[in-house]
Amino acid sequence: MATIANATPDLREETTDAGPRVMPSDRSLFPIADKVLAGIRLDGADCATLFDSVDLIGIGALADWSNRRKNGDRVFITANQHLNPTNVCILRATCTFCSFAKSPKEDGAYTMSLDEAYHEAALARDTPVREFHIVGGLHPKLRLSYYEDLIRGLKERHPGVEVKALTAVEIAHLARIEKISVRETLERLKAAGLETMPGGGAEVFSKLVRQTIAVRKLQAEEWIEVHRVAHGLGIRTNCTMLYGHVETTQDRVEHLTELRRLQDETGGFLTYIPLAYHPDNNELGTQLGREGTATTGFDDLKNLAIGRLFLDNFQHIKTHWIMNSMKVSQVALHFGVDDLEGTVRRERIYHEAGASTPEGMTFAEIVALVKDAGKRPVERNIHYDEVRAW
Amino acid sequence: MVKPNDSAPVAGRLHIDPAHPAVRIIAGPETAAPEAVPAEQRALPILQTMAPRRRVPTEAGSVGAKHLAEQPVYVSAPIDARPHGAEIALWRDRMNSSSLLELGSAANALRQQKHPDDVVSYIVDRNINYTNVCVTDCKFCAFYRRPKDDEGYVLSYEEIGSKIEETKALGGVQILMQGGHNPYLPLDWYLGLLRYIKANHPIHIHGFSASEIAIMAKVSKLPVDEVLRQLHDAGLDSIPGAGGEILVDAVRDVIAPKKIDSDQWIGIHEAAHAAGMHTTATMMYGVGESWEDRLEHLLKLRASQARSLARGDIGYTAFISWSFQPSQTEMANWNLELGTGMDYLKMTALSRLVLDNFDNVQVSYVTQGPKLAQIALGFGANDFGSLMLEENVVSATGIDFIMPESEIRRLVEDAGFTPRRRYQDYNLVQEGDRGCPCCERNARIEVTA
Repeated sequence: MATIANATPDLREETTDAGPRVMPSDRSLFPIADKVLAGIRLDGADCATLFDSVDLIGIGALADWSNRRKNGDRVFITANQHLNPTNVCILRATCTFCSFAKSPKEDGAYTMSLDEAYHEAALARDTPVREFHIVGGLHPKLRLSYYEDLIRGLKERHPGVEVKALTAVEIAHLARIEKISVRETLERLKAAGLETMPGGGAEVFSKLVRQTIAVRKLQAEEWIEVHRVAHGLGIRTNCTMLYGHVETTQDRVEHLTELRRLQDETGGFLTYIPLAYHPDNNELGTQLGREGTATTGFDDLKNLAIGRLFLDNFQHIKTHWIMNSMKVSQVALHFGVDDLEGTVRRERIYHEAGASTPEGMTFAEIVALVKDAGKRPVERNIHYDEVRAW
Repeated sequence: MVKPNDSAPVAGRLHIDPAHPAVRIIAGPETAAPEAVPAEQRALPILQTMAPRRRVPTEAGSVGAKHLAEQPVYVSAPIDARPHGAEIALWRDRMNSSSLLELGSAANALRQQKHPDDVVSYIVDRNINYTNVCVTDCKFCAFYRRPKDDEGYVLSYEEIGSKIEETKALGGVQILMQGGHNPYLPLDWYLGLLRYIKANHPIHIHGFSASEIAIMAKVSKLPVDEVLRQLHDAGLDSIPGAGGEILVDAVRDVIAPKKIDSDQWIGIHEAAHAAGMHTTATMMYGVGESWEDRLEHLLKLRASQARSLARGDIGYTAFISWSFQPSQTEMANWNLELGTGMDYLKMTALSRLVLDNFDNVQVSYVTQGPKLAQIALGFGANDFGSLMLEENVVSATGIDFIMPESEIRRLVEDAGFTPRRRYQDYNLVQEGDRGCPCCERNARIEVTA
């Protein structure tokens, strides 16, 4: 039943040259709005005020204004495939928010041989893939050479496909078991073909939060240091914050402040991705009595919009539809977001934690959703260069 | 659930002849003492629903429908050939000249004007689907079964009664009773059921949508207002807005050709208002209609509300919209632009703005998911719908987001509103209430919140 006679009315853009079409109605946001429009950097107190406000539309309008000045109506999308070589993780017992990790002998534990990994990667040939996203557990025995071989092998088999691999936590783990420096580890991976690094493992930097949810994981300073070294080597990286568990507003503010500080120093972050905590099938969810209660839509949109407003030195803010749901991710394009997680073939980590979203989307579906939001889809490469637009 | 059986008919029970699965009424109901709800069941936030009914996979994949319907070509009528054409054009222009957040902000301002206390209400109720037997063959429905289908059922009065007792034990203040258009159920069955409920399990009965009323009128050969009067006298308190779909006949002719047309739907609602019953209004969008169709639907509702209020009658209490869920239906393979997040927020905001003579706009978390439903509270909606201790129709499509009351309250509070339980007439539940104030026939409801 194709509708022919009358096309869907196109909504106007949120922002005109003169400013946002809508301004906050919450009075506590007025001074913040003034700063945003004048291009003045927000401080930690402003950030906390934003998190505490429920003026969703007001926050969104400011974030859209900031975003539009940087990215116009472009929304960056990519055809990517996730590859999780192993779920065996030495932090299995201590990262209580994780539903993915397994002990080496636990049911469901797996480690791919290189051939298995190549086979899984090859499944992506149904749709053109431009980027592999490779993350996994901290396997006690998988050596750096495995990852070097994996990356080299993938690049040989898929010429032109770029590799974003290994979080700071995995890099530090590999350096430890190889008894070499983080720098050397990264240099070897870069030589093997690693282009960029994902932003996982940051969780929330606060010591108290890490003691609660990830007591043995890389500490904040170490996470930052790995990224600093990577940036120094010309490896650009993403960064994240896992929100919606035990952290306070202040913890969020401090986390974002740390990210902004390193970005001031190196300019090496490509994009910021707030990650919504999923409470199913993990110990933390049980402890908190939170099974079946994901983060709220308000919180998801606020984290994205506030990321845009506070991280004034970031070009891109990404919504991860796997966890936010495609509906909310689409709406987020009016809340300061210009970067949409890609087609994501075979997502495992969030689906273990109860995410009910599909495991992948087709490129055409993503393009249609971006257009439906009144935005212009732009396919990017791993460095966010424009490859093609519609 | 009543199953076909060979045993002799029992007074007060429905009897289904296995050779002919039409429902026969044997005698008036006998009062049966409701079974006490076991404590562990009472603690359950969501009552057991019907067993899922799934078809075997067809060539086109696993769909609930026996066959897939062919997608017809549908051409949206030009604005000037439509009722309310000038206003449709006006609202279209307003949409074209607004941004999403602008629409949302205007809708939110109107919501705040109508509900300055920032309360977001919800009702604790249970959907009871007394039958799934239906002869209307709507292409978008995954719930119904044809009369001879062995998955067809009709609930007995006693089964409905015990569902109501479970509902009341959990603090429910209403049942939403809807079913298929079952031609084998005479009007007396409905009247008997209403009397049985009010005599034995008194609770607010929100039931029988306009298209069910039309079937009752057809089967009983009585005029609609007489049917409504008799239902109201027997205990029906208010009428749900189901069957609204898209109130544009060109669309209905495609997706639900055997269902009452839009004028009949509106006429039955106005007759219900005249008979002293509140009703609600709905829209199921994303079936291939245009935005002009959606606007025509909204403007017809606003005009209908205005007529009822001008006559001094009560009217529509609320408007609820949701996007069509195609899986398990005959339309599963249609190439439709399905409701997106943008669509839902635009619809919510637009309905709040257009329906300025409606007090309440509900979200549909069952279809949109908790995240988007909560966001819609910032785009003009003021009611979280119902807790739905049982739901069967949406879940038949394989999509449902039913959640416990604690979760509704958490979402409402997180959005900066005060969550409050309400009754069907949107009065808030107060500590110590003795029952639903809008149905004085209602004897005792224990209020726990």
